[in-house]
Amino acid sequence: MLDFVQQLVSGVALGCVYGLIALGFVLVYKATEVVNFAQGDLMMLGGFFAFTFIGMMGLNYWLGFAGAVAAMALFGMVAERVVVRPILGYPQFSIIMVTIGLGYFLRSVAGMIWGTDDLKIDTPFSQGVLRMGSLVLAYDKLSVIAATMILCTLLWLFFNKTMLGTAMRASSENMLAAYYMGIPVKRVVSVVWAISAAVATCAGVLLAPITFIHSNVGLVLGLKAFPAAVLGGFGSIPGAVVGGVLIGVIESMAGFYLPEGGRTSRPTSCCSPCCS
Amino acid sequence: MRFMFKTDYEDDIKLFPHSGYIVTYGVLLALLLIAPHVLSSYLMSQLVFVCIYAIVGVALLILTGFTGQASLGHAAFLAIGAYTAAYLQKYNVPFPVYFLAAGLLTGIIGAMVGFPALRLTGIYLVIATISFALIVEEILARWESVTHGNEGMRVKALSLLGVTVPRDSPTFYYLCLAVLVLTIVGTLNLLRSPTGRAFVAIRDSETAARSMGVNVALYKVKSFAISAAITGFAGVLFAHKLSFISPEMFTLQLSIEFIIVILIGGTFSLHGAVLGAIFIVMIDPFLTYLKDDMPGIIAGIAAAFGAGTTTAGNIQANVAAFASLNGLKGAIYGIIIVLFVLFEPLGLYGRWLKIKLFFQLFPLYKRATFKRQKIYVKSERNR
Amino acid sequence: MSYFRAENLSLHFGGLKAVDAVSFAVEKGEILSIIGPNGAGKSSIFNLISRIYRPTSGRIFFEDQDITEEAPYDIAKLGIARTFQNIELFENATVLSNLLVGRHRHSTTQLWQELLFLPSVRANEKVHRRRVEQVIEFLDLEPYRDKLISGLPYGVRKVIELARALCSEPKLILLDEPSSGLNVEETDDMSFWIRDLKNELGVTVLMVEHDMSLVNRVSDRVIALNYGRVLAMGSPAEVQQHPDVVAAYLGA
Repeated sequence: MLDFVQQLVSGVALGCVYGLIALGFVLVYKATEVVNFAQGDLMMLGGFFAFTFIGMMGLNYWLGFAGAVAAMALFGMVAERVVVRPILGYPQFSIIMVTIGLGYFLRSVAGMIWGTDDLKIDTPFSQGVLRMGSLVLAYDKLSVIAATMILCTLLWLFFNKTMLGTAMRASSENMLAAYYMGIPVKRVVSVVWAISAAVATCAGVLLAPITFIHSNVGLVLGLKAFPAAVLGGFGSIPGAVVGGVLIGVIESMAGFYLPEGGRTSRPTSCCSPCCS
Repeated sequence: MRFMFKTDYEDDIKLFPHSGYIVTYGVLLALLLIAPHVLSSYLMSQLVFVCIYAIVGVALLILTGFTGQASLGHAAFLAIGAYTAAYLQKYNVPFPVYFLAAGLLTGIIGAMVGFPALRLTGIYLVIATISFALIVEEILARWESVTHGNEGMRVKALSLLGVTVPRDSPTFYYLCLAVLVLTIVGTLNLLRSPTGRAFVAIRDSETAARSMGVNVALYKVKSFAISAAITGFAGVLFAHKLSFISPEMFTLQLSIEFIIVILIGGTFSLHGAVLGAIFIVMIDPFLTYLKDDMPGIIAGIAAAFGAGTTTAGNIQANVAAFASLNGLKGAIYGIIIVLFVLFEPLGLYGRWLKIKLFFQLFPLYKRATFKRQKIYVKSERNR
Repeated sequence: MSYFRAENLSLHFGGLKAVDAVSFAVEKGEILSIIGPNGAGKSSIFNLISRIYRPTSGRIFFEDQDITEEAPYDIAKLGIARTFQNIELFENATVLSNLLVGRHRHSTTQLWQELLFLPSVRANEKVHRRRVEQVIEFLDLEPYRDKLISGLPYGVRKVIELARALCSEPKLILLDEPSSGLNVEETDDMSFWIRDLKNELGVTVLMVEHDMSLVNRVSDRVIALNYGRVLAMGSPAEVQQHPDVVAAYLGA
């Protein structure tokens, strides 16, 4: 039973990270009907930024965290402006290819700059554990869960209760009509990319103590977060997180209870039928 | 500029609209035939890969370019073709038989993928094909009694009519070239008959296609099957060329490479598949060249412009260090994809047409001739 | 028995009755127009006939055959062709290949024959081409043969859509607002062509139209719809004087 709870918690924590990446997919998709295949790589880049600020420049954890989020938000905006905006409104396939290209580029460049080794960020939660009776839960995992919950609430409020959020939903339904109604569609799209890059960075930094940061982490986790977004219906913020948690828990449980071999099961495979 | 006077319906049907084409393609074919006697063995080997990639490119063009169904799973079809060949070869099945069997099996599997894909469009189709590729990769790694799992399989040299054809012999190259030419001719035939037109109709408007009597589902499945079968044939050649296959050769990366082939070449004409294949395959020799010769050349240029020996040496070292960076190929891929989608959506072949038109119409050429029409995003979710 | 018949045709979207128990019949060789205010259910009837929607209830008969359950692509094979209100052409293909797709229901060749482009395929292609040329001549489309659709003006596209429908050699043709978006001259041309369809080619025409002058010029009979129900049926003059129709249009 104890084992089960512990596996459950670490599954949920891992799932939250998937959920956060999936959230990035969903945000961009909700606002522009574009699937950003570079989402995982944005997360990877965020992790590297945080590593640079905290591990290399020796900044305080929270300061470095905030710095990385801000830097990535800016990066998201720039990426949108340079790469996606010129072809917004063209066939979806072009846009998908552009984001795949962006992902390739980010992965290689990150590999050139930070090398191909695994990097680790020291966090305030890295060491401690929470003891409840004989149950031992690591702080780093709990922190991921807490942070995800906070972020989701914020985003949900933002989308449903603010003017900007409403504008985003409008421009996703019909871009031209939204434009005619005076919504600054271009700026809206910029903001969405900034937010999704920021969310990805949070995922990257939170992930750092659990898995290490390396240049391919984005691709691997992106492929796992993708079905999470699909499971959640690709348009719903809570759905993405629930989907992520589901996949995280399945993976964690399978790793513990199934014999060797079933562990690396590709979640993508089981999710494809439900996307019709 | 040449003016065409059409006097017969035949003029719109035939493969070569006028004698100029016959001359051009005749010369090209002649050059390709004498290539093995002229080029180095390394370049010949790359040329074989160009043929194989071009075959897959044509297959992908049928599905993505002409029927409008995106696929990021073609590496899986290639894998199925390759493994079928390797497996049947163990039981001494002759080449022509397992070549056809590989195509047939891949075609059937392609049709099976096509059925669930009927209800999917846009990104969901992309997701479904990615999942399919991942499933195949997983099966190849796990079904050890047939595929030998991650250890991979050896592929013996091809033996045709009792003669062994080594993978680096000119004969093997001619075989690949023949398959490519046959594929292209077959595809062109298809495109000028009702089936090809039905594909294009489905790409542009499924509603209209249906109201004109096109069984959309049937033709989508046909397109998937044909595309997969051609890729399966390419897979057999691929297996023989590599002489060893294992699951990690057929990853998402390879599928993306195939997409890059048609993206760079141009998605509206078969020329695109060949041009794109040349581009993708020749990146490797180009990078090697960049690594080996470029630093020296750049340093030489710097020296010629009056830089001192030390500066020139430094430049040489820096360029060399840059050229041998680890992820350079990936970065170049990334930049190429982005640049082509942004600035050259019609691909290399489109650029060639523009240049040709520029000189034909000089000085009346208008850039707007090829301007893309913007379609504003309307939610696909509500459909 | 009538040539084409709709019996108690209904289409409900939840509580909204887009088409509500509509019955009508089309006689062979006549031009029947459906008129009505926006949202009266005119285009829905077309979409029911061409099986884009499945009727909630009711049956459709063509040449005494029940076609309510036919597959959408089989409707064309039976000889019913249609045009669309917002033009559905194959944008990135030439006019010629658009029209050749119209011939699709007559193609008999097999896939393997096409891959080899056997003489039979070639012969078939020429037959198709000859038919297409007849339609091109009929509708004066000669200058556009090799042009891409995406570069053509709206008026021409409208004619090409009609041409594509004609290429399938239909017995019954459904025209969804043939004059929408056309200027006065183009509408004139269209009205002559529609009459010629009937007189020269012997095609039966069922048409949805807003432009009353066009309706008056070409129609043999008119049906007026409002809120998915039939208000009146009869000659153009009769229907226009019908008090319910006047009320529906003027909002009295």
